[in-house]
Amino acid sequence: MKPSILSALAVSAAACSFLPPAHAQQPNAGRTLAAACFTCHGTAGNSVGGVPPPLAGRASAELFQTMKDFQSGKRPATIMHQQAKGYSDAQLQSIAAYFASVKPSPAVPSAKP
Amino acid sequence: MALTRREFLKWVSAGAGASALAGCETPSSTGETRAGAGRVVVIGGGYGGATAAKYVKLWAPEIDVVVVERDAHFISCPISNLVLAGNTTMQDITMSRETLTRRGVRLVRDEAVAIDASRREVRLARGAALPYDRLIVSPGVDFIYDKLPGLRAAGAQQRILHAWKAGEQTVALRKQLEAMRDGGVYVLHIPLAPYRCPPGPYERVCQVADYFKRTKPKSKILVLDTNPDITSKKGLFLAEWNGQYKGMIEYRPNSELEDVDAKSMTLKLTFDSVKGDVLNVVPPHRAGDIARQAGLITANQRWCGIDWITAESVAVKGIHVLGDATLSAPAMPKSASMANQHGKLCAAAVIALLKGQPVNPDPVIMNTCYSFVSGKSAMHVTSIHHYDAAQKTLVPVKGAGGVSGKSSEVEAAYAWGWARNIWADTLA
Repeated sequence: MKPSILSALAVSAAACSFLPPAHAQQPNAGRTLAAACFTCHGTAGNSVGGVPPPLAGRASAELFQTMKDFQSGKRPATIMHQQAKGYSDAQLQSIAAYFASVKPSPAVPSAKP
Repeated sequence: MALTRREFLKWVSAGAGASALAGCETPSSTGETRAGAGRVVVIGGGYGGATAAKYVKLWAPEIDVVVVERDAHFISCPISNLVLAGNTTMQDITMSRETLTRRGVRLVRDEAVAIDASRREVRLARGAALPYDRLIVSPGVDFIYDKLPGLRAAGAQQRILHAWKAGEQTVALRKQLEAMRDGGVYVLHIPLAPYRCPPGPYERVCQVADYFKRTKPKSKILVLDTNPDITSKKGLFLAEWNGQYKGMIEYRPNSELEDVDAKSMTLKLTFDSVKGDVLNVVPPHRAGDIARQAGLITANQRWCGIDWITAESVAVKGIHVLGDATLSAPAMPKSASMANQHGKLCAAAVIALLKGQPVNPDPVIMNTCYSFVSGKSAMHVTSIHHYDAAQKTLVPVKGAGGVSGKSSEVEAAYAWGWARNIWADTLA
């Protein structure tokens, strides 16, 4: 373990006395990462319709490749090329696997009456 | 102003009001014992608090979640500048929080007046105290008037508006702009950063310019910025100001406000005074009152320092702070997008802490902000923030993020999609 991780843990441990070891497997790691996408693409990737598109239930390989194409510029975008560059391949795979595991919802609740 | 307030209440009651109240519990019904899985109390039902409440309940339904919120309606600050120009309506940015109750979140319509961290309870203005196992405080901002005595004079805040919290003031500023003569001057004063929504003032300038261009073409806009330069999307905003709004806007940086005189409609700057027909002063902000009361403010008497892995206060254990009230991590804007993402980061951490599970040691969150430069064209800024263990904070991911090449109608469609989705992700 790197010293920097240890020191970060020390800070966290001070704030929460029962923080488990860092090597413990993160439950829902994909969901936690993908939650950043929910803001624009809808909760669990079920968007309210129109653009941006829903991501729930899309094939994992397709989602991953799309993000790689955004990163490389192969696929043109207004904003996704800038956001895709914020993630490692492992993170993108984790996010893609999460969205692939979600059932597309036929009726997404809107906040508007 | 009384007229404005009455009209404000009229459209509120005609809108989503009735359904919002139907979802509220009476405060006295919530003071009972905590459930076995624990209780999370959330103060504030804005972008941060509502999101945190929804996601604690969504990801851990066995946890009891209670939101304390004093206002009947959720009124979105993002998109509210478009109301000033008549490019959208208050109804379009006003929502009920009742949708949260369908998720199993309990809403208490009351005001949190004190936090007793040793007893782990929140005292309310009207109802019985609410005990908690973990408390999430998402109070937004309150304004600092200490150095602007003229704004503390009776009636001054009704003449010189901020309209920096969407709602009554948004309606009132729209009315002032409508009442202004053609050939008049609208003056916007911008506080020193950090303030809520970095590109917001410059978007407002575009929206007012759009309105003037259509209806009062002889009118001018004077931008008095305390900051040494435009703080967000500079090149993109200048392209609009020197393009479609050429000749309408004067921008003066380093314009620190010394005081105001609402009677003579004058802004007093360090070296001169400026008069205007509509004066719009955004005062400096700090974390909302309840954060100050609870001793959560740790930086510069303004902001709440938090641990960015859990969003837990560095000052008071068991209390998490979200959104604009936080001492921002490096290059992190105070935005609705960030507050929504803080809410999810915090929800996951709070669930893990209550269940004794590992807390995610490597959070990654993303900011996406759109600015409308007219009724039909928009542009964005985006950044990704990941945890840096050495610096012990969230930092922007190098090489990622950026701004639009130029404003466009395509991005306006994405901006509306952003709004509809963040509203749903926060409230529904």
